[in-house]
Amino acid sequence: MAKRDYSFYPGCSSQKGASASNCTTSINAICDVLKIQLNEIPDWNCCSASIGYAGGGELPRLTLSARNLALSEQHNPGQDVVATCAACWLATRETTERLAHDDQLFTETKIALKEAGLTLQNKTPVRHFVEVLIEDVGYDALKAAVKKPLTGIKIASYVGCQTNRPFGIAGESFENPLYLDKLTEAMGATALKDYDKKVACCGGALAFSEPEKSQDLIKDILQAAYDVGADMIVTPCPVCQMNVEVYQGLINQRHGTNFNMPVVYYSTLMAVAYGKSASESGLDGQVIRAKQLDALAGR
Amino acid sequence: MSNPNQTIPGQYRGNFLREVEANVEEGEWVKMCMQCGVCAGSCPLGPYWDYPPQQIFMMIRAGKREEVLSSTSMWMCTSCYNCMVRCPRELPITHIMHGLATYAKRIGKAPQTPITPRFAQKFWDNLTVTGRVNELKLGLALYFINGIGEGIQTAMKMQDIGLGMLKTKRMSPFEILGGHGIKDKAGFRAMLKKAEEIELAKIAKNQVAGV
Amino acid sequence: MADIIKIGAYLCKGCGLGERLNIGALENAAKRAGKASVVRSHGFLCNQEGVELIKADIEKEGVTRVVIAACSRRAKTEAFRFDEVAVSRANLREGVIWIRPDTKEAKETTQEMAEDYVRMACAEVRRMTLPTANPKAALNRRILVVGGGISGMTAALEASQAGYGVTIVEKTDRLGGWAGRLYKRVADRYPFADPADTGVADMVKAIQSDAKITVHLNALVSRTSGAPGRFEVEITSGGAATNETFGSIIQASGFTRYDLANLPEMGGGTLKDVVDQAGLEELALAAAGGPIKRPSDGREVRSVIFVQCAGQRSEKPGHLPYCSGFCCTTSIKQAMYFKDRNPEIDTVVLFSDLRTPGAGGEDFYRNGQRKGVTFAKGSVRAVVQGEAGPVVQFQDEILNDSVSMPVDLVVLATGQVANAGVNIENAPESAESVQKVSILNLTYRQGPDVPQLKHGFSDSHFICFPYETRRTGIYTAGPVRRPMDIAQAMEDATGATLKAIQTLENAGLGRAAHPRVGDLSFPTFRREGCTQCKRCTVECPFGAIDEDEQRYPQFNEARCRRCGTCMGACPVRVISFENYSVETVGQQVKSLEIPDEFSGKPRVLIFACENDAYPALDMAAQNRLEYSAYVRVIPVRCLGSVNTIWLNDALNNGYDGVMLMGCQKGENYQCHFVKGSEMAYYRMSKIGDTLKGMNLDTERVTTYEVAITDIHRIPKLINDYIAMIEKIGPSPFKGF
Ligand code: SF4
Ligand code: SF4
Ligand code: SF4
Repeated sequence: MAKRDYSFYPGCSSQKGASASNCTTSINAICDVLKIQLNEIPDWNCCSASIGYAGGGELPRLTLSARNLALSEQHNPGQDVVATCAACWLATRETTERLAHDDQLFTETKIALKEAGLTLQNKTPVRHFVEVLIEDVGYDALKAAVKKPLTGIKIASYVGCQTNRPFGIAGESFENPLYLDKLTEAMGATALKDYDKKVACCGGALAFSEPEKSQDLIKDILQAAYDVGADMIVTPCPVCQMNVEVYQGLINQRHGTNFNMPVVYYSTLMAVAYGKSASESGLDGQVIRAKQLDALAGR
Repeated sequence: MSNPNQTIPGQYRGNFLREVEANVEEGEWVKMCMQCGVCAGSCPLGPYWDYPPQQIFMMIRAGKREEVLSSTSMWMCTSCYNCMVRCPRELPITHIMHGLATYAKRIGKAPQTPITPRFAQKFWDNLTVTGRVNELKLGLALYFINGIGEGIQTAMKMQDIGLGMLKTKRMSPFEILGGHGIKDKAGFRAMLKKAEEIELAKIAKNQVAGV
Repeated sequence: MADIIKIGAYLCKGCGLGERLNIGALENAAKRAGKASVVRSHGFLCNQEGVELIKADIEKEGVTRVVIAACSRRAKTEAFRFDEVAVSRANLREGVIWIRPDTKEAKETTQEMAEDYVRMACAEVRRMTLPTANPKAALNRRILVVGGGISGMTAALEASQAGYGVTIVEKTDRLGGWAGRLYKRVADRYPFADPADTGVADMVKAIQSDAKITVHLNALVSRTSGAPGRFEVEITSGGAATNETFGSIIQASGFTRYDLANLPEMGGGTLKDVVDQAGLEELALAAAGGPIKRPSDGREVRSVIFVQCAGQRSEKPGHLPYCSGFCCTTSIKQAMYFKDRNPEIDTVVLFSDLRTPGAGGEDFYRNGQRKGVTFAKGSVRAVVQGEAGPVVQFQDEILNDSVSMPVDLVVLATGQVANAGVNIENAPESAESVQKVSILNLTYRQGPDVPQLKHGFSDSHFICFPYETRRTGIYTAGPVRRPMDIAQAMEDATGATLKAIQTLENAGLGRAAHPRVGDLSFPTFRREGCTQCKRCTVECPFGAIDEDEQRYPQFNEARCRRCGTCMGACPVRVISFENYSVETVGQQVKSLEIPDEFSGKPRVLIFACENDAYPALDMAAQNRLEYSAYVRVIPVRCLGSVNTIWLNDALNNGYDGVMLMGCQKGENYQCHFVKGSEMAYYRMSKIGDTLKGMNLDTERVTTYEVAITDIHRIPKLINDYIAMIEKIGPSPFKGF
């Protein structure tokens, strides 16, 4: 199989020593299996996620993503831009769509880009890595690569907000997207279809500035997973993964709960099913260990 | 009318609406709201909002300038986009909320509490220095946002989390020394400066035009 | 020929009938009990060979009455249509084998059921004769249109284009009605962005140049008599009367303006700068594209508030309880009058629920918003006089704010009051039925105008037959029927025109128009037996029966819908149709053998409305839902046609109970004949005493309201009823 090439926009949280570094690890592991080549956009910058608005106005914020798009055009021509982080994907895709539909903004953006010596055509599709998996590779091929089926592991698919809205994965509904369930089932695990916090909000960036309110949201997300008998939660989003995993101790203190629910990336799940080691799969990055996956990966 | 804070709002007369349309990202959509309330019922932190989006849009139409701009509402938006995909009129509600926040902050109306406006500003400052976000610095800045004393308390509370992140190598103490950043910082900053210039010039022009 | 009764009974063995039933025994039943002269069975009766077999018997054997013992009368209607003989159907498929289990235990009762249906069909057909067309049939291809507004003009033009002559009677001095008094109308086509020309001038021109259309202005209909095909109408204009005949009538008498004086708290009738929507149109017409000026001092209006639902959707005395449906879009349009001229003018629409029906309604609303019209959910407490003009005091329902807003002009969106003429059924007088002057001046015994349903609008079968009034051949269209806007009125008028054409053509052929289109049968009565009790004239839902000089009922066949309610009403049973009579049903009731009280086999008769209940039973059978083998179903044209004698016969013959299944009655009636099921209920409510007199439990006669969708409910009703009968025990009349 020939390799598929993509222009990769990793985003801040995926860097070495950052909160979603384990996501990158596992993505690399499955790319290796699926013959996907991610070519990092050289010298990419932060997209300002969804919280930059206090400091940056509309145009500066759009310019941030426009710079990444311009660099991608220059260094990875003809390759779709792919992001693994929900916020990165959203901000970048939002930018390309806004610039495509608003000539004035596009002109102004180009003036700003010129200061950095860049130009922009704005013709590159901006895609989420999940889209690459299900559209370019396809469920059948994803399934065919499984070496260690995750038989018997019960999984609550937590899609969260920004992978799902406002764009979402093509063909999926906003209220009940099914691709994560299909992915986990392709890996041989059991998808808990009654999990009813699938698209609920974890507080996003407000988990920092409004910790208690956000933790109340997270508590419901966890409780619902326990209610359907989940062994673990799987998510595509770095913010979701971090928020739902790391605050469990604080929530337990505040609410007297006993949460200890592993929250893993779909890519970690897939890497394990594809026979990768615990560290290749990013399992080392779990603050709450996913024991069943550890056991499988260790075999 | 060069100082927008001196605009005298008229009840239901559309003055404030016009101000919003001219200055707020996607503000021209506000008049299209049909007051169905779907957004108000979709917002995860809805119970904490001073006014839900539906009400904010009505207040803009009713000319309640002070109340809207100084409200905590927009700062409670988690950017979940729930409202936006459900709105039957397809208003880009999330973006309007961001835009209102930006505008309120720019003209000095953003509230002191909650801390989200200041946190968000820190985030922006952080990323514009090096081109990338430094999570550790951002976190520390946040803990100390209300002064040293409270900061230490928060830091203590968050200690376990920090340790967990350190142990799993998802946080690096070396970040404090500089950490990640882009190479072309000069070009990057010049680009942002230009974008800001263009935007401010637009705003000034709007004000000359009397909105 | 018609006098010779020679019954041919044809049994089908297809569709599993041959396997499930003892066909030989059925043949015997037809021969012995049914007295059929020719009895044949066939493996596949509805195919060409089977049908040819029957045709051959009609031609060569002189068969004059045909019994088809096969599927439901609703199936294979084309195959089993023999125009020259009377036909009756024994429903062995949907009525028997499909609703019974194919088990050994059920075999006996299933066979009994089938044999009974064969007997019943033979008994029925023996009393049926072939209907012939109404002898008074008259063809008149001219239509009277009462009212020259948008609905009336549309009807006239549509009818003329279809080749029919039209006479318009308009009470004012010009055509156009309310639409003619508008500055502009609501946008009627994509992109639904701007107020549009009303189109009235063009329509008037088209009418004036149309040789097939005659217009009487300043004219009234002073007398209407006759029936479809032969309406005689007197038109009075300026003291002079002319007479004309018409095939059918379209009443497009529209609406009247709601009286603003009913809304003093909103400044209605007291403040000069408070107008209704019609008032605003007057101001806009006067402005002729220039700035709209307010009435009090002629100053240009710089701010205006529209108050929606003014005096509408309210139970307060003097208010209209309904939504008029057009006024939200009208206010949007009127706000555009201001915004399109000068976007700086403040326009606020205060609504409680903004309703913009129609294809373009939502787009029009959005365009209003785009133009800067402010919409606020608010309820007005009062409109008072301020220093510089009216002040609107309202509660903003979203912001929960109490607001006082001074403006130059207030427009109250008041509703439409139907102009339907005299309320002949004397429903309680309410504000909305102020109109007391007759529109049609019908000479009908039942009153001078078409019956109303509620709020003064004319009665029609809202869902199934919206244009039909309860006077055959007279169709209401436009806001006289329900509140509506121009686009709806034009559509309404077009529909009513088609119905008016259909009815006059059918009248010309002497056939029923609706809903039994093409039916040739009509009721006649035996004069010698009639006691002149007038029950038929009163109970006929359609005012079809007048009185002659000797005070006998006088049937107007062309007005008749063939429901049989008169037949059900007649206490001395002198009313009948050729193919549907007290006898055709009564003999069916009496034709079966009732097992004795020791058999453990009760018998329950079901009279099922053929429009809804009977199809529902057929559909239950198609779904193979089971119900008891102890029931025998007789379809009736309408529950209103059920004569209590049939119940008497049944109970006296030892049936254990009778179920009557008809359509929903009352305000939201579903009855195809409007009042039929209601009349049945009324009559059944009176027979309790009779039952007690016979020493029978009142439950032995029970009436049910069912719908065509009650496919699962009806079998359950039947089974529950049988269980109840088994509990109270067999009828004491068995074996007498
Ligand atoms: S995007 Fe913001 S305003 Fe909209 S529902 Fe989510 S939190 Fe509320
Ligand atoms: S969902 Fe949309 S139309 Fe409805 S109230 Fe919210 S913004 Fe307005
Ligand atoms: S009651 Fe029915 S059948 Fe009898 S005259 Fe009236 S419409 Fe005709």
